[in-house]
Amino acid sequence: MSDNTIETLRARLASGETTAREVVTASLDAAGRLNGTLNAFLEIDREGAAARAAEVRGGALAGVPVAVKDNICVKGLQTSCGSRILGDYEPPYTATAAERLIAAGAVVTGKTNCDEFAMGSSNENSAFGAVRNPWDTERVPGGSSGGSAVAVAARVVPVALGSDTGGSVRQPAALCGVVGLKPTYGRVSRYGLVAFGSSLDQIGTFTLSARDAATVLQVISGRDPADATTADVEVPDYAAHLTGDVKGARLGVPRALFGEGLDAEVRAVVERAIEVFRDLGAEVVDVELPHARYAIAVYYIIATAEASSNLARYDGVRYGFRAEEAPELRSMYRRTREEGFGAEVKRRVMLGTYVLSSGYYDAYYLKAQQVRSLIKADFAKAFESCDAIITPTSPTTAFRLGEKTDDPLAMYLNDIYTVTANLAGIPGVSVPVGLSREGLPVGMQLLARHWDEATMLRLADAYERAAPFTDRPRVCATAG
Amino acid sequence: MPITEEDVKKIAQLAHMELSDEELRVLAPQMAAIVEYVEQLKELDTSRVEPATGGLTGEGGRSDSSREDAVRPSLGQQLALEEAPDPAHGHFRVPKVL
Repeated sequence: MSDNTIETLRARLASGETTAREVVTASLDAAGRLNGTLNAFLEIDREGAAARAAEVRGGALAGVPVAVKDNICVKGLQTSCGSRILGDYEPPYTATAAERLIAAGAVVTGKTNCDEFAMGSSNENSAFGAVRNPWDTERVPGGSSGGSAVAVAARVVPVALGSDTGGSVRQPAALCGVVGLKPTYGRVSRYGLVAFGSSLDQIGTFTLSARDAATVLQVISGRDPADATTADVEVPDYAAHLTGDVKGARLGVPRALFGEGLDAEVRAVVERAIEVFRDLGAEVVDVELPHARYAIAVYYIIATAEASSNLARYDGVRYGFRAEEAPELRSMYRRTREEGFGAEVKRRVMLGTYVLSSGYYDAYYLKAQQVRSLIKADFAKAFESCDAIITPTSPTTAFRLGEKTDDPLAMYLNDIYTVTANLAGIPGVSVPVGLSREGLPVGMQLLARHWDEATMLRLADAYERAAPFTDRPRVCATAG
Repeated sequence: MPITEEDVKKIAQLAHMELSDEELRVLAPQMAAIVEYVEQLKELDTSRVEPATGGLTGEGGRSDSSREDAVRPSLGQQLALEEAPDPAHGHFRVPKVL
């Protein structure tokens, strides 16, 4: 746990053992060296990052190398969203979350691979090739923020940003054995995040510990005039909440979600993690989320509807790819989108167009928003009797590349434990809690009330202190 | 309701998507399966349920999203055109419309 965390790095920098420039150069070297194997980075900013590292002064993240998912804009670097339709597009501005990291002294070393427009649970939907899981390179890292998860898991960077629309931070974090946090909807600005499902999207973090997640969340949280969905809610001092004390905390376990479809080993490892909390003095209570089993259906209506609207802007006029030799405007739009988008994006844009089309709106979109209300109400009720809810993050460990690519519905069902948090707008974090017999990481998910990331992080940190996850992936930048 | 290749063609037009015959053949049954799956929502009586308004919480909904109505610099013509596939004379050029 102690290797390559922000905490360790800060201590090494403070003692003069190393310099920001050395740290960033080592990170860039590792990124380049491992990319042939892992394909985690779409762009590595060798010269730029090394130069900026030399100029780092102070801040909570002074000299910390950071990787940014390639759907979050950083000026001077590409933003492809893993899509041919954007390709090497360079945005003219930097996303607020990335800007805040930079202002705190972090150095962006590169942009990470992801499922095209963040649509996927395996990272196989990138137009620039699949990302490999460092625990077993024949397996997927999860998605859609697979490159960011892998960059942290393989100790290339201590911190990476991702985006989470239905689990795209938490699920790859679980499959790669790192901490992945999705904040409350409205906690972190999405200005500069390429929109997918606007009522669901939230920027999240990958780190090696809950304490590091707290440090990064502290920096990126808070109101931003450029994103009207960011709320005027106080940002607490997260580090101050990491007391290690969870005595009396009430943890809700939705037993009904621990049955069908859940891998027996994942279940056993998460059950053991629940026992760790019990041993620490937390109270474990049963809770019910009766509408959770409808969450995937609700999610794939709302997310695709919003995506079909958000992705209408890619038409070959203002930026990105344009199909050649179209005789007139409409055929230029159609050919550009046909050639520029991959299969999963087309599938979702088509589904979204269908559920919003004339005559179907009430049956699908309106219905889904109503069931979304029921899911929100389930959580409100559950949080009357507990402070946080525990579930597995993903029903299985990392699956093999190609295993689910022919069956989109089977792929969507991977998101069963994660989508509810996006639908309800609550925060969630995935924490590595053990390995399967095959040596693949298992993630435990903690969910908390709106704006209560502090409780979630306190629990996650207490768990890490009691049962540290010390295993490292086979492909790793730093030696044991 | 089953989704046919004809339906998929119509949806493709609405979505400004030109799909190949092969894509139509693959997409139609996939979309039909997904739509069949999401139709399980019909078993719930939601006649008295208010639809959710996005991901916003009460606090988010109350946050003041207005700002001072002040003139601020925008991207500017040059920068806005920098990534255009076919800029011409300070404009976005497109193929003929008619």
